[in-house]
Amino acid sequence: MRSARLRAPDTEGRLRVQPAAAVRARRRDTVVRAAFLTPAAVYLLLFLGRPLVDNIEASLRESTATTLLRGRAPFTGPDNHVRLLASDEFWRAAAITGLYTAGSLVAQFTAGLALALFFHRRFPLGRLVRSLMLLPWLMPLVATGTAWRWMLDADDGVVNEALRALHLVTSDVPWLTGTQEALWSVVLVNTWVGIPFNTALLYTGLQAIPPQTDEAAQLDGAGPVRRFRFITWPQLRPTAAVVLVLGVIYTLRAPDVVLALTGGGPAGATQTLAVLAFEQAYTQYEFGRAAATGNVLVLVSLVLALIHLSALRRARRL
Amino acid sequence: MNAPAGPFGRPLAALATVVALVLVVAGCGTGDPSGSARTERVTSLTVLDYYTDTTEHAHWGELLTSCGKKAGVTIEHRSVPGPSLVPTVVRQATAGTLPDLLMLDNPDLQEIARSGVLTPLRTYGIRTDGFVSGIVSAGTYQGEVYGLAPTVNTLALYYNKDMLAEAGVTVPRTWNELREAARATTRPGRHGLAVDADASFESTFQFLPFLWSNGGDEQRLDTPQAAAALRLWTDLVRDGSMSRSVLTWNQANVHEQFLGGKAAMMVNGPWRMTELEKAKGLRWGVAPLPVPRAGTSLVTPLGGEVWTVPRNDSQARRIKAAQVLDCLNDPTSMQTLATWHHTVPSRKDVAARYAKQVPSMAAFVESVRGARARTRELGPAWPKTATAIQTAVQAAVSGRQTPEEALRHAQRTATGS
Repeated sequence: MRSARLRAPDTEGRLRVQPAAAVRARRRDTVVRAAFLTPAAVYLLLFLGRPLVDNIEASLRESTATTLLRGRAPFTGPDNHVRLLASDEFWRAAAITGLYTAGSLVAQFTAGLALALFFHRRFPLGRLVRSLMLLPWLMPLVATGTAWRWMLDADDGVVNEALRALHLVTSDVPWLTGTQEALWSVVLVNTWVGIPFNTALLYTGLQAIPPQTDEAAQLDGAGPVRRFRFITWPQLRPTAAVVLVLGVIYTLRAPDVVLALTGGGPAGATQTLAVLAFEQAYTQYEFGRAAATGNVLVLVSLVLALIHLSALRRARRL
Repeated sequence: MNAPAGPFGRPLAALATVVALVLVVAGCGTGDPSGSARTERVTSLTVLDYYTDTTEHAHWGELLTSCGKKAGVTIEHRSVPGPSLVPTVVRQATAGTLPDLLMLDNPDLQEIARSGVLTPLRTYGIRTDGFVSGIVSAGTYQGEVYGLAPTVNTLALYYNKDMLAEAGVTVPRTWNELREAARATTRPGRHGLAVDADASFESTFQFLPFLWSNGGDEQRLDTPQAAAALRLWTDLVRDGSMSRSVLTWNQANVHEQFLGGKAAMMVNGPWRMTELEKAKGLRWGVAPLPVPRAGTSLVTPLGGEVWTVPRNDSQARRIKAAQVLDCLNDPTSMQTLATWHHTVPSRKDVAARYAKQVPSMAAFVESVRGARARTRELGPAWPKTATAIQTAVQAAVSGRQTPEEALRHAQRTATGS
């Protein structure tokens, strides 16, 4: 975009002296370019723009099952948002979302980075193990959630059984049924789900770093920690930023891991904003309020994406 | 959608034209310009329900087809998953594509009827004499009957005969006996009782018989009667007679616990019986749920799906749909459905006959007689209270709050905005 704008005065200046054939060729060029852009633009408008506009519209009306069935959801302006922001459940869910997201991200990223560094070295069967690593990512989340629900069952889950056998605990850990523990359990499972994604992207980022810089540092006598800090990490940072921002957005908006594990319980202890929106829409039929909750999530994701984009631009300028 | 100016203008406009054409053509195909009953010949009806289970879908398809044949129409039967039924109906209502015959879970009827998209069954001459009063009240909104269910269900107590005999206890009839029996049948790796206390409406459904039979009321949750009912559950967990994992079990999981011999008793519905009958080596029985004290009457929540005729502009279609609905609710159909799915026929005389034929269903038939519709008192406001009750159950069972605190909080959220 920017390069095109920079060239614009130059082309315009030349246009005046060009023959008609060249003008026609240029016009055809524009049409072809537009034709290439059209599918993407239509797709974006239809499948992303339209639902977004619909969501905003629903959030500004009293959209419930009754009003929608009657065919006239009265316009209430910011009412849904005001009531949402005034409710305790919203702020509780927001705090839980914060803990859930932060916990999942720190754990996913740390483990993912460690594994990426590990696989970066060549060793026998490394490729095979690396592709097996992707399995948790490929598994349907409902299956993952159900399997973990069995494993974390307080009475006869394999996790507690193992802990008992190793004499690490005296009484069963209420992984999913304790109001304190449940949140950490969903963080644990979400971390497990997210590690392959982090590993895969960070691994690719590592592969893109020219090995010469590292070798030079090695020749200069830098140890592995210093080499990571001053050579690898600065070059990996753009990739890390992408991984983190995508991770935050994904964790914020997806209710599936929590729904499959605890359904938001016990007593709302794992009710993130995404789960709250799901519940407002599908059990309370308060579509307007659910849309307002959705808007908050979209807004937070948007702000993060903008920060991410501006960070990338700054990095490129350096 | 406005077509933006610039190079995208023309392709978008073309696309819009195509879309508009498709819509117009489709509209002509299904539209009903006449709306007159005499001139229009109805040959097929659309039906929407949530029977997505393969066997159930096939069963209902069979019954609907045979009822359709009697009315001289073919049936287009479509099922969507339970949680998306109401959102689907909302979408169809705004698009004007509601089915001719619509099934609804009975607690959802009030909200849909209130919005005016259903037609009163009285206008088609459908009568409700002889039906269990609970189901009629579930299908009634402001004095008009909008929905009728061929069969209904409720909850009862399943027990493992061998485990009870081994512990030397009889089938519990009162809460004290229940606590005693649950304690006596608890062994390492096994709990006396399993219920559903998960984060969904299923746990509300399971808690209601305890709340109602103790004189508790959904309009006032912060009463000593309600607290005593919730305390029964928390005490069972504290005893170790009930696992804390009830907080994550849905009704299907509760059934698995019982089936696997990990629970000596469970609270569950009759729809589990088909599978229990297949289980080899498991000797089980069903009894009405225990009541607080000997002599108190049992009040259980009524489950089941009602059939309705949505409003549309073709009287002929609605009349045909009502004929099919009437056929679904006739004694033969309900007997067939009851046998297929282990549900209770909603006509009292058919139910009584059925209980004699299938003795294991007697407890359910008996409980259905006094069963109460969840929406009887609160009508369309029920979902909000149901959520409050479910949260209170979870807060108390997990030990985050005492039963009293949990129910006080529930009362505040149920009545607040």
